[in-house]
Amino acid sequence: MAGPANHTELSAELSSRPGHNTWTSTVVRWLLITVSLVFLGALLAAPLAAVFSVALEKGWEAYFGAFADPDTRAAIRLTLITAAVVVPLNTLFGITAAWCIAKFEFKGKSFLITLIDLPLAVSPVVSGLIYVLLFGLNGWFGAWLQDHDISIVYALPGIILATMFVTFPYVARELIPLMQQLGNDEEEAAITLGAGGWLTFFRVTLPRIRWGLVYGVILCNARAMGEFGAVSVVSGNIRGLTTTMPLHIEILYNEYNFVGAFAVASMLSLLAVVTLIIKTLVERSGYRRR
Amino acid sequence: MKTMRREPNVIPGFGITLGFTTFFLCAIVLLPLSALVLKAAGMDFARFVDVITSPRALASYRLSFGAALVAACVNMVFGFALAWTLVRYDFPGRKFIDAVIDMPFALPTAVSGIALTTVFAGNGWIGQYLEPLGIQVAYTWIGITVALTLIGMPFVVRTVQPAILEVQRDLEDAAETLGAGRFYVFRRIIVPTVLPALLTGFTLAFARAVGEYGSVIFIAGNMPMKTEITPLLIVIRLEEFDYAGAAALGCVMLAISFVMLLAINLIQVWGRRRMMVSR
Repeated sequence: MAGPANHTELSAELSSRPGHNTWTSTVVRWLLITVSLVFLGALLAAPLAAVFSVALEKGWEAYFGAFADPDTRAAIRLTLITAAVVVPLNTLFGITAAWCIAKFEFKGKSFLITLIDLPLAVSPVVSGLIYVLLFGLNGWFGAWLQDHDISIVYALPGIILATMFVTFPYVARELIPLMQQLGNDEEEAAITLGAGGWLTFFRVTLPRIRWGLVYGVILCNARAMGEFGAVSVVSGNIRGLTTTMPLHIEILYNEYNFVGAFAVASMLSLLAVVTLIIKTLVERSGYRRR
Repeated sequence: MKTMRREPNVIPGFGITLGFTTFFLCAIVLLPLSALVLKAAGMDFARFVDVITSPRALASYRLSFGAALVAACVNMVFGFALAWTLVRYDFPGRKFIDAVIDMPFALPTAVSGIALTTVFAGNGWIGQYLEPLGIQVAYTWIGITVALTLIGMPFVVRTVQPAILEVQRDLEDAAETLGAGRFYVFRRIIVPTVLPALLTGFTLAFARAVGEYGSVIFIAGNMPMKTEITPLLIVIRLEEFDYAGAAALGCVMLAISFVMLLAINLIQVWGRRRMMVSR
């Protein structure tokens, strides 16, 4: 964009402004751009490149071989199952909460919003810990669960609960401001004209909130598949049984199986890249975060 | 509202959506959190104080807070530079960079943890140039700070970007026309407008960094008293089946979260009030 013609035009315009020092402004401009790019390069680009470089350092065969490991496959399956349960539930919750908060006036509304956002402020480790205290052997329901032979902690239900906690606000906090801004007029018109509640939701509300919904769902999904701290605390790290992909990365890494660890990491990085692409496309479609 | 006759709300589903929301919130968030508080409250008070003020715990707070504070400060400087660059300058790849800023939100923390460790280790791409200078990053507090900087970065950039858009350029031009230097314009016009957003971003980044676990444990080295963050100490207590100890430390972390939430809200109220006054 800094073509010569453009650049001379720009400098001419700048020097026509009184008191404007073109030389310093150009230096400051390139200094800031350089600093920003170096900062991002060291912190983001280099580590991401390293993921793929280490994953592929022994060639494509070793890379794909890493996914043949049954424990790795089990971890991928567990991550997919967890996300398949958590994301729809939190989406349902997000839509319900947004409907209730955006469409109606009631006391304690802002308090409710604060509570919904609460999990974002809690440390992931604490998010896992609370379920261990609740359902672990010495927890509130521990004895009862053991009597009935139900395991929650160190098993799939615990992983799902902890993941649900950390991704709890994602859809709701996207939809609440969006629906508040859209207002109630169109829904009221539909209802007044005789449409039922469901019809109104699916034909009037949903088409208007769809981009916000997509936005919330993909971020919720990315966090659900990538959560480490909370899941690590409740999973018990039983190899091949209760290890999700991020936990499996830790196990492989600590065994110095770098190709394996980084191969799994590369898959999660690709997930992040896809998430960002969808997010950018949603923003291109005119959706603005509030 | 009293003077106007209030229209009855025709939209259905208030009871059921409020009921579902409250139930889900209680089951997933409030009940488990209260289990934590009650577990800690059930402890003998002297033991509670003992646990949360043990030298190892104190060292871990110092590290978690110190590293998070340094990381948030670094982010304030570089995050502002990034946001400024993205809003004010046009350069090839600007849109791409703008999209990439959110990467730490989407990238799993375990991935950024092992990746940063690889890059900043003594033989890593960046670490090999820092090592001869006597700067060891991986397995020291500097590495922890680097990891916390990465995860906090988008919070600062994303809160500061809209604030920079708000800066009135005619005001800047007017000041420069009247002979003000660039630094004066920066100090008297840009900083006051952006400050509330910058502080909000700082607090958000700090709050996230204090509790961070996944990206830190790989690069930290995890030596007790030296490079052991508080969340890791909680995990260690749990692995020793010291549930009460873990709960006590968890309560400290939770209290910090609440203080941070409060701080963020206060900063936002203050920022809004400033905006109102300046208009």
